[in-house]
Amino acid sequence: MKAFFKVVAVAVFSMVVFAAPGFAADTVKVANAGALSGDLAPYGISALRGVEMAVEDINAKGGILGKKVELLAGDDVCKPEVAVNVATKLVSDGAQMVVGHVCSGATIAANKIYKDANIILISSSATNDDLTLSGEHPNFFRTISNDGAQADLMTDFAKNELKVKKVALIHDKGDYGKGQMELAKAEFDKMGGVDIVLFEGVTTGAMDYTAIVQKIKRSDAELVMWGGYHSDASKIIQMLKKKRVDTLFMGADGIYGDNLPNLAGKYAEGVYATGPNDTSSNPMHQALTKEHQKKYGEDPGTFFITGYTAMQSLATAAEKAGTVDYDAMRAAMFEITVDSPMGQIGFDEKGDIVGAGFSVYRVMDGKYQQVN
Amino acid sequence: MRWIKISLGLAVIGIIGFFTVRELLMDPMYFFELFLGGLTRGSIYALIALGYTMVYGIIQLINFAHGEIYMIGAMTALIVASVLGMWGWNTAVIAILAFVFAIVYSCAYGFTVEKIAYKPLRNAPRLSALISAIGMSLFLQNYVMLAQTPDYLPFKSLIPDFKFWEPFAHIITSVEITIIITTVIVMILLGLLIKFTRIGKAMRATAQDKVMAALLGINVNNVISATFVVGSATAAIGGVLIACHVGQINFYIGFLAGLKAFIAAVLGGIGSIPGAVLGSLVLGISESYFTGYFYSEYEDVFAFTILVIILIFRPSGILGKHDTQKV
Amino acid sequence: MAIKNQIKQSLIIAFWFMILTFPIMVIKVNTIQNTIDFRWANLLWVGIVTFFASMVWNYFLRRNEAQKKKEIDDDIPLIHRLLQNDRFRRPFLGVVAAFFLAYPFVFPMYHTSIMISALVYVMLGLGLNIVVGLAGLLDLGYVAFYAVGAYAYALLNLHFGLSFWVVLPMSALLGTLFGVMLGYPVLRLRGDYLAIVTLGFGEIIRIVLENWDTFSNGPRGIADIPPPTFFGHYFDQHDTMIYIYFIVTGLVLMTIFFVNRLENSKIGRAWIALRDDEIACQAMGIDKFKTKLTAFALGATWAAMGGVVFAAKTSYINPMSFTIWESITILCVVVIGGMGSAIGVIAGALVLILLPEYLRAVSEYRMLVFGALQVIVMVFKPDGLIKSVRKVYTFNVQEKAIHEQTHT
Repeated sequence: MKAFFKVVAVAVFSMVVFAAPGFAADTVKVANAGALSGDLAPYGISALRGVEMAVEDINAKGGILGKKVELLAGDDVCKPEVAVNVATKLVSDGAQMVVGHVCSGATIAANKIYKDANIILISSSATNDDLTLSGEHPNFFRTISNDGAQADLMTDFAKNELKVKKVALIHDKGDYGKGQMELAKAEFDKMGGVDIVLFEGVTTGAMDYTAIVQKIKRSDAELVMWGGYHSDASKIIQMLKKKRVDTLFMGADGIYGDNLPNLAGKYAEGVYATGPNDTSSNPMHQALTKEHQKKYGEDPGTFFITGYTAMQSLATAAEKAGTVDYDAMRAAMFEITVDSPMGQIGFDEKGDIVGAGFSVYRVMDGKYQQVN
Repeated sequence: MRWIKISLGLAVIGIIGFFTVRELLMDPMYFFELFLGGLTRGSIYALIALGYTMVYGIIQLINFAHGEIYMIGAMTALIVASVLGMWGWNTAVIAILAFVFAIVYSCAYGFTVEKIAYKPLRNAPRLSALISAIGMSLFLQNYVMLAQTPDYLPFKSLIPDFKFWEPFAHIITSVEITIIITTVIVMILLGLLIKFTRIGKAMRATAQDKVMAALLGINVNNVISATFVVGSATAAIGGVLIACHVGQINFYIGFLAGLKAFIAAVLGGIGSIPGAVLGSLVLGISESYFTGYFYSEYEDVFAFTILVIILIFRPSGILGKHDTQKV
Repeated sequence: MAIKNQIKQSLIIAFWFMILTFPIMVIKVNTIQNTIDFRWANLLWVGIVTFFASMVWNYFLRRNEAQKKKEIDDDIPLIHRLLQNDRFRRPFLGVVAAFFLAYPFVFPMYHTSIMISALVYVMLGLGLNIVVGLAGLLDLGYVAFYAVGAYAYALLNLHFGLSFWVVLPMSALLGTLFGVMLGYPVLRLRGDYLAIVTLGFGEIIRIVLENWDTFSNGPRGIADIPPPTFFGHYFDQHDTMIYIYFIVTGLVLMTIFFVNRLENSKIGRAWIALRDDEIACQAMGIDKFKTKLTAFALGATWAAMGGVVFAAKTSYINPMSFTIWESITILCVVVIGGMGSAIGVIAGALVLILLPEYLRAVSEYRMLVFGALQVIVMVFKPDGLIKSVRKVYTFNVQEKAIHEQTHT
C-alpha cells in the first residue's frame, strides 16, 4: 500500500511539475500555432519559420519592451478539435500573444479560447471572411487579405482582362477552396456575361485527376478557376497540358508563391494566380529569403513572409502600447504602421490588413510576374 | 430475399446498360477517353492491390503499411534519378537505374517491416498485427517526412513523351500507355512466377494450409518473406509509374492510394490474385465514368457504394472463394 | 559465446539498416537549385541506434519467448488480481475517485481540456469494445456514429435551439437507429469484408457532410455551438470546462456500469460466444444476426453520445474531424488497451490520447514515436496493455464430495 501511495504521489508531483508554466517574468511569451504535421504541414512550417526568424531578429535588437521573446509552438494538424486543445495549452503555458492558426477552421475554433483569455491572435494565412467581417472575433488580426477581396479581383480579371465567356470552377472540397469558389460563383452570377459550365469538387490528394480533366475538356471551358492549394493544382495543370487541353488556369493565393512553378515546372507556364502584392523587390524581403536559404537550404514556403510580418506587427504594437496588456495592445494594433517585408502595412477596424492588397500574377519563365 | 436480390440486380444492370448505350452513342470519343483514364488508374490500383492480396492470402493480415512501401519506392526513385541527373548521366540509364533502385529498396523495406512488425505477431490475435501495421505505417510516413521534407517534390517523368505518339497524346499520353503496358507485363510475369516456379508453388501451398506446407518441408517463414518482397516490388513499380504520371510526390501519397487499392483488392475477393486485378480495373474504370458523367465530389461515395452492392451480392468479392465454414 | 553471437547479429542488423536508410536518411536533393546534400552523420547515427536497439529488441523478444514457455494459463494481469482483492479494491477506488474529483481544480485548464478529450475516447473505446472486443466484429467506420452525434447536436441546436441535455438522449437514439440502419445490410459479411464496408460507410457519411452544404454547411463547418447549460445557466469559459469534465466523467461512469452489466448478461455472453465460434454459437440456438445487430447498434449509441460531448466542448465542428484516422485511433485504443477488457480500454484511451499531448515536447517527432510505440506495444504485449479476463468457475472437488456425502 505504502509503495503504491508513493507511486501516486510521485506521479501527481511530476504532473504538477510538468504542467506548471514557468512564470519567469523576464520574457514575453509568444506562441505560434498551426499544422506542423499531417498533409498541411508545409503551410504551417513555412509560417512557423517566418515567426521564428522574426523572433530571432527582435531578440537580436533587444526584444519587446526590453524583454526577450520566448516562442512556444503548438501543432494543431489543422483540425478544429486539436486546435482547441492546443489553444488551451498555449494559454495555460502563459502565452501573451499568439500567431496562428494556419487553417481557417482551426482558427475559428481556437479563437474562442483566446478571446476569453484576452489574447491577441494574428494569423498569417487564415483568409476566411467570417474571421474579420462577422465582428465576432474582436481580438483577431491577419497579415493576409480575406477571401472576398480575392474573389472580386479574380472574377473581375477573368471577365474584363481575359475576356472569357465560359469558366469551369473546380475546388478541393476544403473550407478554403470551396469557400473561394462559392464567392467567385456568386460574383460571376452578379456580373453576368460569363457562363459557369462546371462547378465541381475533387478529392484532395487523390491519385490522379484524369477524369476531371476529360470533363473540363468536354465542357469547352476557356478558363479553369481553381480553389485549393498548389499540390492538387499542379497535378491538374500538368494533366491539362499533357492531354493537350487548351484552357487557361487561374487560382487564388493557395497556388501563389514559388511552390507551384517549382512543382509543375514547365507545365506551370501561363498559369494565373492572385496573391499578396508583390514585395520581392523589397530589400527586407530579399534579405529574409537569403537568410532562409542559408538556414534551411531551400526557398521559403508560402506563408514565411506573412508569418514574419505577423510577428513583427505584434512586436510593434507592444512597443507602441508600452505594455503587452490586451486592451492597450488591441488599441495599438489599429494605429501602428509596420515597416515589414511586405511594405508598410497596418490594420483596419475589422482586423484586416491595410496596405497589402492582391494583384494578379502569371507564371513566366518559371516565376510569377505581375500582370495587372 | 432471393427475388429482391435478383430484381435489384436486374434493375441496376438495366440502368447502367441504358446509360452506357446512351452516352456511347452521344459522344463515343469522350466515352472512350474516360475508359482509358480509368484503365490507367485501375492499372496502378492493381499494382498496389497485388501486394495486399498476396499478403492477405498467406497470413490473413491487412498490411496497412503497404501504401508506405509504394511511397518509399517513388521517393527512392526520385532521389536516385535526381542525383544521377545532376551527375549528368544518360536519361535512359537514369530511368532504368531509378526503377531498379526503387524496386530493390521497396523490397528491402517490405522484408524488414515484416521481420520487425509482423513476424513476432504470427501467433497473436489478428487485430494486434493490424494495429502493429498501422503503427508501422505512421512510423514510415513520419520517417520520410522528417528525413526528407514535408513538402511536395516535383518528379520529373522518367518516361519521355514519345515523338511518334504525339498524334494520340490528347487521347492517351505516352506515360499512360506505358503504365498500361507495364502493368500487363508485370501481371504476366507474376502469373508465371506463381504458377510455375518453386517459390510460386510454395506460396500457393502456404496460402492453402500453413501447417501442411510446413510438414511438406516448405520453409514457411521464407515463403512469407518472399511474398512481402514480391508484393513490395509491384508496389514500387506502381509508385514510380504514378509519380511519372502526376509529376509530384510527398510522404503522404501512400495512404490514400493504399486505401483505394485495398478496397479494390476486397472488391475482387481478397486473397485472389486475378480478383485483385479485376477489382482494381472495375474500381478504376467505374470511378472514371462516375466523375465523367456525374459528380466528382461523390466519386469516393460511389466507389464505396459499388463495394457494398457487390459484397451484398457476392459476400466474398467478385472472384473470392466462397468457402463454407467447417467445424 | 552467446553474447559474441548477439553482437555479431546486431552488427549485421545495424549494417543492414545503414544500407536500407541510406537514400532517404543521407541524401537530400534540392531539385530546384540542383544541389545534393550528403548527410553522412545521419548514417553513423542510424548505425549506432539500430545496433543498440536490436540488442535490446532481441533481448526482450527472447525473454518474452522464455516466459511464454513457462507460462501457465492463469497469468491474470496485476490490476485484475488487485481488484478482485476486497482489501485493496476499496482504497484503490477511493484514491481514483479522489483523483478524478480533484483533477480539474488542481491542474490548469489545458490539462482539464485534454482529459476531457481522453475521457470522450474512453467512452468511444468502451462503445467500440462492445463491437470489436466482445462481439468480434471489426468496425473501421465507427467514426460515422461519432459524427452523427456531433452533427445532431450542432444542427438541432442551430435550427431548433435544443439544449445539450435534450439532444444527448436524442442522439443516443439516433445513434442506435443509424447503427441498425447501416448494420442491417452488411452484417452478413464476415471478418475483413465487414471491416472494409464499415470503413466505406464512415467515409460516405463524411463526404456527404462535406458536400451537402444546405444540410451541414459543408466544409465550413458549424461554429458557436453552445456548451451545456446548468439548469438554463451558462458558466464562463473556465467553469464550463470543469462542468463538461464532470459531465463526461459521469457519462464514463455510466458507460462502465452499463458495459459491465451487459458483459455478464445473456446478450453479453451471446456476443462472446459469437466471437469465439460462430457455428457453435448458432448451434446453441442463438440468433446470430440479431445478436450482431444489437452489438452494432449499442456500440453506435455510445459513439453518438461521445459526439455530442465533443461538439459541446469544441464549439466548432467540421467534417475534417471525422476522417478515417479517427476510426483507426479508436480502434487502437481498444486493441492496445486490451480487447474485451474495460479497464484495458480505459488505460488504452488515457495512454493513447494523453501521450501525444505530452509528447508535444518532442513535437516534430511526435507521430514517429507514436507509431513506433504502437508497434512495440503490440509486439511485446499482443493482448494489449491489460488483457481481459474471462470469468472462470472453479470446480471445487471437496465441496462436491461433501455434497455427495450428505446425500448418501
